[in-house]
Amino acid sequence: MGGRPLTAMNIVCFPVKTMDISILRDILKGGIDKIREAGAILIGGHSVEDSELKYGLSVTGTIHPSKVMTNTGAEPGDKLILTKPLGTGIINTAIKGGMATEETIDLVSRCMASLNKTASEVMQEVGANACTDITGFGLLGHAFEMIDKTNKGIIIYASKVPVLPEAINFAEIGLVPGGTYRNREFRGKKVELDPRLSPYIADVLFDPQTSGGLLIALPGEKALKLVKRLNERGIAEAAIIGDVIDDNKERIQVKQDD
Amino acid sequence: MANIIDTRGLSCPQPVINTKKALNETKEEILTVIVDNVVSRDNVRRFAESQGCKVKVEEKKGEYFLNIEKGLAIKDESKSKETEKVDNIVFYIKSDIMGVGDEKLGRVLMKAFFKTLVESKKLIFVNSGVKLTIEGSEVLEEIKELEKRGVEVLSCGTCLDYYNLKEKLRVGVISNMYDIVNSLMEADKVISP
Repeated sequence: MGGRPLTAMNIVCFPVKTMDISILRDILKGGIDKIREAGAILIGGHSVEDSELKYGLSVTGTIHPSKVMTNTGAEPGDKLILTKPLGTGIINTAIKGGMATEETIDLVSRCMASLNKTASEVMQEVGANACTDITGFGLLGHAFEMIDKTNKGIIIYASKVPVLPEAINFAEIGLVPGGTYRNREFRGKKVELDPRLSPYIADVLFDPQTSGGLLIALPGEKALKLVKRLNERGIAEAAIIGDVIDDNKERIQVKQDD
Repeated sequence: MANIIDTRGLSCPQPVINTKKALNETKEEILTVIVDNVVSRDNVRRFAESQGCKVKVEEKKGEYFLNIEKGLAIKDESKSKETEKVDNIVFYIKSDIMGVGDEKLGRVLMKAFFKTLVESKKLIFVNSGVKLTIEGSEVLEEIKELEKRGVEVLSCGTCLDYYNLKEKLRVGVISNMYDIVNSLMEADKVISP
């Protein structure tokens, strides 16, 4: 974390015989918009004919060796900040099932399409101890990586975690992707859930995220400052959601409230 | 005979969507859903339970058979007693719009309400509610349909007089406060939309 992207290359697999080529055009157009927004340039790419559509970018950037921000280095007493709401995996499942409203589709699309650029820049201004981005392993999976093989533990306050509207309702009616169950199975043993917690909240905490937000560990005073600045810069959902502690080694405790 | 939905080979959320569709359509009490993975098993179970159904799961060689008892849970708790003795439900309609707030919205809601209502013992219309039982009412056909099915339709006579609409009444009968009070007293349940 903390790098600056310079160049990007398209990687595309596309079922050219069965899918309208205009779809590919829209995808590439969306991609280049985001590349520009990130301050990088597109320098070409690779394309393959495939039965399933895939798109990605191979990105090269620079960072000062002393400023590389990794997911290790969180200290006891640090607060944890999450910069985007959770629930994209569950909501995307509901969209596939035709159960999501236009409003929700629009909201989740905008959430996934927003870059972590500003969050990353503001974090570097304020200074942090550790940072990771929330993707396929879900919040709890990536949070665990911050304390893996250390003497530290984490407390997450479920009521503080930003969640996309409807995600919990969809979880309740079984619109839960396989990845959520797999994440829970994979890291469930490292997590102590408050018995008062709704099982559907736990699903959201384990939900694999597409283009999730940053999870940032930094001391308390800085944390308040960072949340304030993030909110001012338009990252309205950013919130302090937990603590790093000197106890409960390699375990995450999920409490309802702080 | 039980209904069987085979979702083997399908990935999430399709088994849930198929179950939802089948539960909405089937008239059988029991629906069996076959799934071939634990994710679908858990999701289908969740879905069915969220709809008030009872679910039993049997595993057979890595495949799961979910026996879903349709809506039993809901019926057990509240409906069974009442449906058996034919519920005396009275709908007491106090206004020509539904809810408090924007009038246009209230009209739309009231229309939707009568399109959705299928069962009742009695409908009582008072105050501006009587505008729903007269000539030109947007829900006249729906109310006539309910009357055909044996629902009693009463409109308050004083109210019809007040609005000068007595001549325009097109469904049900004119009623008085004595009947209205009695109907409300005898009802098992009075619902005001």
